[in-house]
Amino acid sequence: MIDRHPWLDALAHVVLIVGVLIVAFPVYVAVIASTHGPNDFMSGLIPLLPGHEMVANYRSMLTDGLSSSGAPPLGGMLWNSLVMALSIAFGKIAISILSAYAIVYFRFPFRAVAFWMIFVTLMLPVEVRIVPTFKVVADLGLLDSYAGLTIPLIASATATFLFRQFFLTVPDELMEAARIDGAGPLKFFRDILLPLSRTNIAALFVILFIYGWNQYLWPLMVTTTSQHYTIVMGIKRMSDVADALPQWNVVMTTAVLAMLPPVIVVVAMQRLFVKGLIETEK
Amino acid sequence: MQTKRTVFGNRLLPYALLLPQLAVTVVFFLWPAAQAVLQSFQREDAFGLSTTWVGLTNYADLLSDPTYLNSLKVTAIFAPAVTLLSVGLGLIFAASLDRLARGSRVYAALLVWPYAVAPAIGGIMWWFLFNPTIGLLPYLLAMVGYRWDHALQPTDAMILVVIAASWKQVSYNFLFFMAGLQAIPKSMIEAAAIDGAGPVKRFFTIVFPLLSPTTFFLAVINLVYAMFDTFPVIHATTGGNPAQSTNILVYKVFVDGFIGLNLGSSAAQSVVLMAIVVALTVIQFKWVERKVTY
Repeated sequence: MIDRHPWLDALAHVVLIVGVLIVAFPVYVAVIASTHGPNDFMSGLIPLLPGHEMVANYRSMLTDGLSSSGAPPLGGMLWNSLVMALSIAFGKIAISILSAYAIVYFRFPFRAVAFWMIFVTLMLPVEVRIVPTFKVVADLGLLDSYAGLTIPLIASATATFLFRQFFLTVPDELMEAARIDGAGPLKFFRDILLPLSRTNIAALFVILFIYGWNQYLWPLMVTTTSQHYTIVMGIKRMSDVADALPQWNVVMTTAVLAMLPPVIVVVAMQRLFVKGLIETEK
Repeated sequence: MQTKRTVFGNRLLPYALLLPQLAVTVVFFLWPAAQAVLQSFQREDAFGLSTTWVGLTNYADLLSDPTYLNSLKVTAIFAPAVTLLSVGLGLIFAASLDRLARGSRVYAALLVWPYAVAPAIGGIMWWFLFNPTIGLLPYLLAMVGYRWDHALQPTDAMILVVIAASWKQVSYNFLFFMAGLQAIPKSMIEAAAIDGAGPVKRFFTIVFPLLSPTTFFLAVINLVYAMFDTFPVIHATTGGNPAQSTNILVYKVFVDGFIGLNLGSSAAQSVVLMAIVVALTVIQFKWVERKVTY
């Protein structure tokens, strides 16, 4: 603090408190709505204080789902989301750490070509090439499977760049010493480089878990039966019904369950999350 | 391109290491993108039995299609509005936090977590708050005499999707501005204070100019976010309506390709979008190269 301005400090507190309230308000309302029965949404105003139906709502959604809209139990959807998020996070980390290793620690023909092929994937978000990508996945027979949900999303230029940047900062002497001691490339990778990359891997994992969990358009397209629905896309099926019948309590129960796991990950691993976020964008 | 001063001598190993990434890239990125470019020059008959080469017709049709021009206009309002709102709020929160010696960690923790919420879920929650019959915000607006109805009023629908799409981005921008503010040397601020500049003057003449690389970077990132990653917000709330008033470009690609099954037009739209992403990425990397250092 350089100079004292009590009124400015007070203003800063006010701005931040208002900010926190605005940011948290929709979630508060969603949590409150998930504790009410269906009749509280028929008319008047959305409830702003907790109701008594919380246990009933969560229990029935987790085990029975919403039969009127053909929505399966949320337990299964949460499981699918978890499988998808973990596969994408581990898959991306695995293939990009290997390719970054090849690009930094070897010299071979077409190295630059490989680097640029990975680079252009930055420019091709799934939304803009959605129809042909869907066709490729359909032709490969991957519709409605975990493989179809995850593999098309695991190529990642940003993760490769992050590992490349990190490998370039690892002192050359480490590799030279390892070679003198007789370590081959795989042993060097496993015993030296991988342990050194631990923090980066963890930070990247947090970001990629959120990325995988929050996928919407892709699971919406490649799942044709409810068996592989993920929870983030499943909410759309319930809200479509909500316009006809006011089932807001059910929709908001689903919303709360869908956002809980990634929010817990961010809150519990905040330091890694901030590191991962800032470094993957550089 | 950089490598190590000594490298491993293996001939085949590097290709084996690259194989998984390149295989996924070719099969799911480059091949579909090439298909999109190819399809954009073709037209299928109504039964999908034959395709004919039509040159630039699909592109020419886009430019004379009023719904596409409308979608361009909608995106030109939506993307800058989301960017302005989320970057602006992120900066205000970060600058406020920077003043405080105590309690800043608590505020930071409370402002950061919405980044983890999926855009679709954020969209649904704001949609609920703005529900015309039972929502809280229409109820408050009715008190000041405004009848909110995003199912009928294009302006209301646009405001709804802009707020819903900006909500989680505020956390992201806030984090980057925090990092940017921490990188500004305290000695500069102190020097200005000794010269008699008050906190407001210091912010506008020193802090904000020094943050300009961060601001520019965030402007590009948020434009990309608003143009491409907000599909779930639109899909889960307004569905591009009423009267196409929230039908942004990336949503239209999906609707025309998947629901309308107009593959040629959808592919041409994809190619236009790819061109926009390439342009934005190039701008961003140009900036990274001549990054300002203090």
